[in-house]
Amino acid sequence: MVQGLLGIEELPRREIEAILDRAKDFQPAGDGSFAQFDHLRGKTVVLLFLEPSTRTRTSFEIAARRLGGDAILISGTGSSLSKGESLVDTLNTLAAMRPDAIVMRHRASGAPHFLARHLKTPIINAGDGTHEHPTQALLDARTILDHKPSLEGLRVAIIGDIEHSRVARSNIYLLSKFGVDIVLCGPAPLVPRELAEIAPGVSIEYDMRKAIRGCDVIMMLRVQLERQHEPDFPRGEYFSFYGLAPEHIELAKPDVLVMHPGPINRGREISSEVADSQRSVILNQVENGVAVRMAVLERVLG
Amino acid sequence: MAKLIIKNGRVIDPATQRDETADVLIEGFHIQAVEPKIELEGARVYDAAGKIVAPGFIDLHVHLREPGLTHAETIETGARAAAAGGFTRVCCMPNTQPVNDSATVTGYILEKARQSAVVKVHPIGAITQGSKGEELAPIGTLKEAGVVAISDDGMPVMNARVMRRAMELARSFGLTVVQHCEDLHLSSGGDMHEGVASCRRGLRGIPACSEDVMVARDLLLTEVTGARYHVAHLSTKNSMAMVAFAKSRGLPVSCEVTPHHLALTDEEAAAYDSNFKMKPPLRGREDVEALLEGVADGTVDAIATDHAPHTGYQKMQEFERCPFGVIGLETAVAVVFDRLVHPGRITMMRFVELFTTGPARVFGLEAGRLAPGEAADVTILDPELEWTFDVNRSYSKSKNSPFHGRRFRGAPVATFVDGQLVWERKDG
Repeated sequence: MVQGLLGIEELPRREIEAILDRAKDFQPAGDGSFAQFDHLRGKTVVLLFLEPSTRTRTSFEIAARRLGGDAILISGTGSSLSKGESLVDTLNTLAAMRPDAIVMRHRASGAPHFLARHLKTPIINAGDGTHEHPTQALLDARTILDHKPSLEGLRVAIIGDIEHSRVARSNIYLLSKFGVDIVLCGPAPLVPRELAEIAPGVSIEYDMRKAIRGCDVIMMLRVQLERQHEPDFPRGEYFSFYGLAPEHIELAKPDVLVMHPGPINRGREISSEVADSQRSVILNQVENGVAVRMAVLERVLG
Repeated sequence: MAKLIIKNGRVIDPATQRDETADVLIEGFHIQAVEPKIELEGARVYDAAGKIVAPGFIDLHVHLREPGLTHAETIETGARAAAAGGFTRVCCMPNTQPVNDSATVTGYILEKARQSAVVKVHPIGAITQGSKGEELAPIGTLKEAGVVAISDDGMPVMNARVMRRAMELARSFGLTVVQHCEDLHLSSGGDMHEGVASCRRGLRGIPACSEDVMVARDLLLTEVTGARYHVAHLSTKNSMAMVAFAKSRGLPVSCEVTPHHLALTDEEAAAYDSNFKMKPPLRGREDVEALLEGVADGTVDAIATDHAPHTGYQKMQEFERCPFGVIGLETAVAVVFDRLVHPGRITMMRFVELFTTGPARVFGLEAGRLAPGEAADVTILDPELEWTFDVNRSYSKSKNSPFHGRRFRGAPVATFVDGQLVWERKDG
């Protein structure tokens, strides 16, 4: 995996399994303590975050440090990009300083793929536009596997603005490789019919109650107002049709997991009762974010 | 006067339906004779044995970027690329800086072409001032200054009333109206064809219907105004069906397709590679098949390249920031050989027609024939030549081609303009 990690779509299933297995070693022990690692001693990771991010950036930073490596953060504002330098020039400049990897978040789909064609430094995609967010899908899978014996045969509903969601795409690509029955649900303009064809096992359901019935996992997505260039749905009625409320949970399997990549908008896509309920594993997801990113950094750099 | 005989070639002239081995005698700027055997003391001889000798090829749709955008192309470099693609005439779109919406700009282009271009350059004037889609350009004045058609290419005329008035005027001045068909509300923000590939890649789509609704509207306006209307770079199966229907009703409608839309689908476009980014975008498989069928069944009037140079740094960006457009002059002939001639979907006669009498008819150009008295514009082709396109050796100032490194069979090998050899292939 010298070439970094650009997406889940092209990542073989055995690679995914290896990362998920290894991530277990990086989870906190029963008493909450962490083992010490130094796999990244002497290595430098540049975190190039050209789009606002709190949890992913912090998570990568902590992951690198826990492995004994150095993490250097460069954010969009104040960087040379805001002075008009092109992305290629910025990356070439960074690469000339010989970091061992570049973790990057960018608002344009495919930006890391485009750069990977021109740079030798491995690039880890920390979210590109509306395309992929591979480490999010890996941490989601890790979280599911902490509660279920296997992904095989599960029914997972992904609900919300699928069209603009890189979290959804990466999860679809990942879950599909493990034979999961994936149901996409949301306002029709945000769930185009072509999505059913991007991977095997995907179906579309516009009625949320039907989508949730018999589910093992419900993944809620954030309503990404910042990615909607035109009003694609009437916002006022969003919650009444696609917001997750306690009565929905009854329709799913009794041991259903409720997930959300955060940051959550209480009352917009998920009610507070559900977000804080026993079925919610939202904080486990955050915790697993660090473990999974440690496993990814180790594979790319180790 | 200098005499030249192009000997032993297979002469194909769609205007007279001639297809036979013959010699072509050129005297000065003109064709003097086309006969089975011509011997003449003192004449230079160009041996075209095993080659096709055709009337000079015409491209209805290029962007030469001059005035104003000469970092990407100039009239001189664009004309050289045209010659290297077998073209003897190109029609250049008005989206320069400034836009060609005045006799001054038209005059500038014609003068620049006279000084520096190795092929003939016909400017196309704007439909509206600045191609903004609001106030009509001085269409009659543009015609007098020498434009061969009007178009706001790149910027569709969204306002139907403006389009109607433009068509009425164009008809009265005997000009064809060329439309870049795209409803900008439906296509807004899109970077590639809307389909499974765009969904997979997380890119915003340009739906086929954004082209179709504009074609439908304009065909209705054609019926109202009686104007000669031409669909630029037609790319969808529904638009093809509508143009065929309009033609069956006797409307003065025509269309062109580009080589890249005949050759590549959205799925085949390399992901996030801006050398595959253009408008209209590379479409789905069914659309490509409909275009091939439209060329074969006669619905399509011309192949046009939509040669759209952009410099390397403009194309070396995040995909969504890259401008639309690819170069195409030097690969057009080879792509059409590849997709239509070699598979046996069209005859050699039809192939030549698509580059000569077909486009000439669309704009009413006095060109595209190989007969005594005509200008000695001649394209020589080798349909069997095996070669590889290397964009770094292109004559264009820009290198944005989706066909770099592609193996082809068939290519232009020499181009004559007014009796002068302006380009000859050196490599294999």
